[in-house]
Amino acid sequence: MSKLPLKHDPYNLIITGVGGQGNVLASRMVGDMLSLQGLEVTIGETFGASQRGGSVMSHLRASNGESQSPQIPKGRAHMVISLEPIEAVRVLREYGNPDVKVIANMRPVHPIGVICGNQTYPDRDRIAQWLDDLSQDVWLMNTTQEAARLGNPIYSNVIMVGALSATNELPITAAAFETVIRQRMPEDKVGLNLEAFEIGRRMIA
Amino acid sequence: MSIISEARKGDRLLLMGNDAIARGALEAGVKVAAGYPGTPSSEIVESLAAAAEDRNLYVEWSVNEKVALEVAAAAAYSGLRSLCVMKQVGVNVAADFLLHIAEYGTRSGLVLVSCEDPGALSSTNEGDSRPYCKMMEFPLIEPAGFQEAKDMTCWAFDLSEEIHNVIMLRSVTRMSHASGNLTAGLLPDETPTPRFDCSGGFMDQDTGPVLTFPTLVDPQRRRQQAGLQKAIAIFESSPFNAYTGPAEPELLVITSSAAHAYCREAVGLLELKDRVGILKLGTTWPLPPKLLCGHLDKSDRVFIVEEGTPFLEDNVKTLCAENADKVGIKTFYGRRNSVLPPVNELNPDLVIAGLCSIFDLEYGGVDPSYREQADQAMQNAPQRELTFCPGCPHRASYWLLNEALTMDNRQGFVCGDIGCYTMGAAECGFQTVKISMAMGSGLGMASGFGKLTQFGFDQPAVAICGDSTFFHAVLPALVNAIHNQSDVILAVVDNAGTAMTGFQPHPGTPVGAAKQPLPALNIPDICRAMGARVEIADPFEMDKTRAVLQDLMYDAEGVRVLVLRQACALSPAKKGHKGFTMNVDPEICIADGCGCNRLCTRVFKCPGLKEDPETHKAAIDEVICVGCGVCASICPSGAIRAEA
Repeated sequence: MSKLPLKHDPYNLIITGVGGQGNVLASRMVGDMLSLQGLEVTIGETFGASQRGGSVMSHLRASNGESQSPQIPKGRAHMVISLEPIEAVRVLREYGNPDVKVIANMRPVHPIGVICGNQTYPDRDRIAQWLDDLSQDVWLMNTTQEAARLGNPIYSNVIMVGALSATNELPITAAAFETVIRQRMPEDKVGLNLEAFEIGRRMIA
Repeated sequence: MSIISEARKGDRLLLMGNDAIARGALEAGVKVAAGYPGTPSSEIVESLAAAAEDRNLYVEWSVNEKVALEVAAAAAYSGLRSLCVMKQVGVNVAADFLLHIAEYGTRSGLVLVSCEDPGALSSTNEGDSRPYCKMMEFPLIEPAGFQEAKDMTCWAFDLSEEIHNVIMLRSVTRMSHASGNLTAGLLPDETPTPRFDCSGGFMDQDTGPVLTFPTLVDPQRRRQQAGLQKAIAIFESSPFNAYTGPAEPELLVITSSAAHAYCREAVGLLELKDRVGILKLGTTWPLPPKLLCGHLDKSDRVFIVEEGTPFLEDNVKTLCAENADKVGIKTFYGRRNSVLPPVNELNPDLVIAGLCSIFDLEYGGVDPSYREQADQAMQNAPQRELTFCPGCPHRASYWLLNEALTMDNRQGFVCGDIGCYTMGAAECGFQTVKISMAMGSGLGMASGFGKLTQFGFDQPAVAICGDSTFFHAVLPALVNAIHNQSDVILAVVDNAGTAMTGFQPHPGTPVGAAKQPLPALNIPDICRAMGARVEIADPFEMDKTRAVLQDLMYDAEGVRVLVLRQACALSPAKKGHKGFTMNVDPEICIADGCGCNRLCTRVFKCPGLKEDPETHKAAIDEVICVGCGVCASICPSGAIRAEA
């Protein structure tokens, strides 16, 4: 198979969020799309107990060479997709660098420390400023709102995959997405997923 | 149909490590698979269950790991290849049977997969099962990639039959729960007809009765030793042991499993490829001495990089001592001398740090000024503590248990167990659990506390367990507590499945691993038949359940069982269905002014609740709330309302 151009090899993508936001599925979908095109894909996932309100993080690495370590070395992410704003900052602290790019959903999920009043959640503008300071390019989105319009906030993850596709950082096309979604989803869910993907693409364009 | 049974020879797949293991078992012609759920192992049995109809398999979630191994052994003694799957702690449960099976040996291929959790990402321990292989003397293999996970699983069955013994294939979270590419092999078609032949003599391993017995121990142990020697001969030339690097490296790295990828990455990033050689071992017990000596001979410095305890490290050191005349004196680096941390899982950065300390190198990982900027941002960011899901019945159960024990005012406590409800020790469970160890230990210890009354002990001990745990390990403790007349309450938080690990069925549910209908065992009936007083309540019906619990507390003698029934908020039956529509009446909720001091958000702390930053009144987070209605029961002024 002919080699696909990659901006970095390996390309290191982190998809993060909070348990239940569908980030594991998002990383599988992106992985499937890249694998179908002949890239060597390695995905490392931290879930398990994190399902219960903790942070969830997937490390996805794509290469034209051999398979990679399932954990990205610190400071070496090329792109961070975050389904939750403060989780983006948390990941950047460990894996970010001045050249990293960030796509973040700005809809917060409050930790219990915030719900019970022991901690405060920083306001949107401050988080936006931090993300801007800590990255080369940043796309801030309100995917939860768009997903809710489609009938379920869970579509946030697919919207963000659509957004990733529009950045042209990785070789992800709408056609590849359709192939993968048809493999993963029952027929009646395919249309809404394609719509969510397109919404994401338009939010970046 | 499932991806692991659909793929054809030559197909390139992107599979999770656990699915790769399952595919490898299918390619080996496995016919029987049994296990008990536990992260990070559960997907192997789930994947095989999904392929059961297609591939004519028998797959079961067994009551516990020991029984799972016994079920798998029955197949292996009858001419069918079988797989047994568990997480690291399960090997402890199965250990008694495992010792005997290793001593007697096997007939058809029997592979025990132990998926372990270095770093305890979703465990209460960092158990390392590899020493069992050395202690009980049977082979250990550890795949280091996704293709290997499949290929080594498939090969393990041949190896098992070759040496007539059980093989342990050990995986770790970063293998089992990572995904990568691999190429599928051929799926065999034939199913042998099983038959347990016991017509031969006592020492005929293929046709005799399968017995461990005092007078048979010596010859059986000798036969076992011969099998190990055969394994060593096979391991000497195994393609799963591979060396990359210069002919005479300054440092020899010996590694296995997921750690191999970290070593490769670290050596690459530090540009040490011309100075450091990496010997990746797939067969880690017993070690093949000729292969190792051939590499140890070439380098005076040896760095052992492995996930878990210094098992490989100690075994390599022993091997070096035995072969000192050939390989000379070595300087060792590893977990023992803190070149790697003595505990916790590894990652590329820890291996990089180890190599930097050995070679006295500097490595620029995270840019210091960048890190400082990020640190400043994170100073203001909240921590994300674990909590029960919105709508989780455990939150309501612990609210009631905590309230009952607080009102009782004798410093009563809950003896916890293993499941989501272990978080009863954290703030989300109002710190009600005060002692928690292994599966089934909650009631076992409560049974002990309940006998201390003889010495004047008056603290009420309440044990808690889930429905799956009840069958797995609580039953013997319940027998013990009833028979020995201990004064305890057992709360069975029955959420209708093995919830924490992904909602697998168990003996109390009406379905099996492959979704086939099976008879469900009734927990209250079992407890009643054993002689306990039993009450059943719904934790979401707080007033009723409170009264039942109080009555059980006052009835201070003997074993009392309270079955708290309410399905897990993530259960398939509840998924996507909202219960009540919750709302807060802003006229009634006057926040701190009503005197409750924000009971709902400050103390109850369900993620579906929020505090309006301006009015300080309670509000519902519509995206997160699932409508369980419990917060309406705890609001003292009735401001929170549940509408059907």
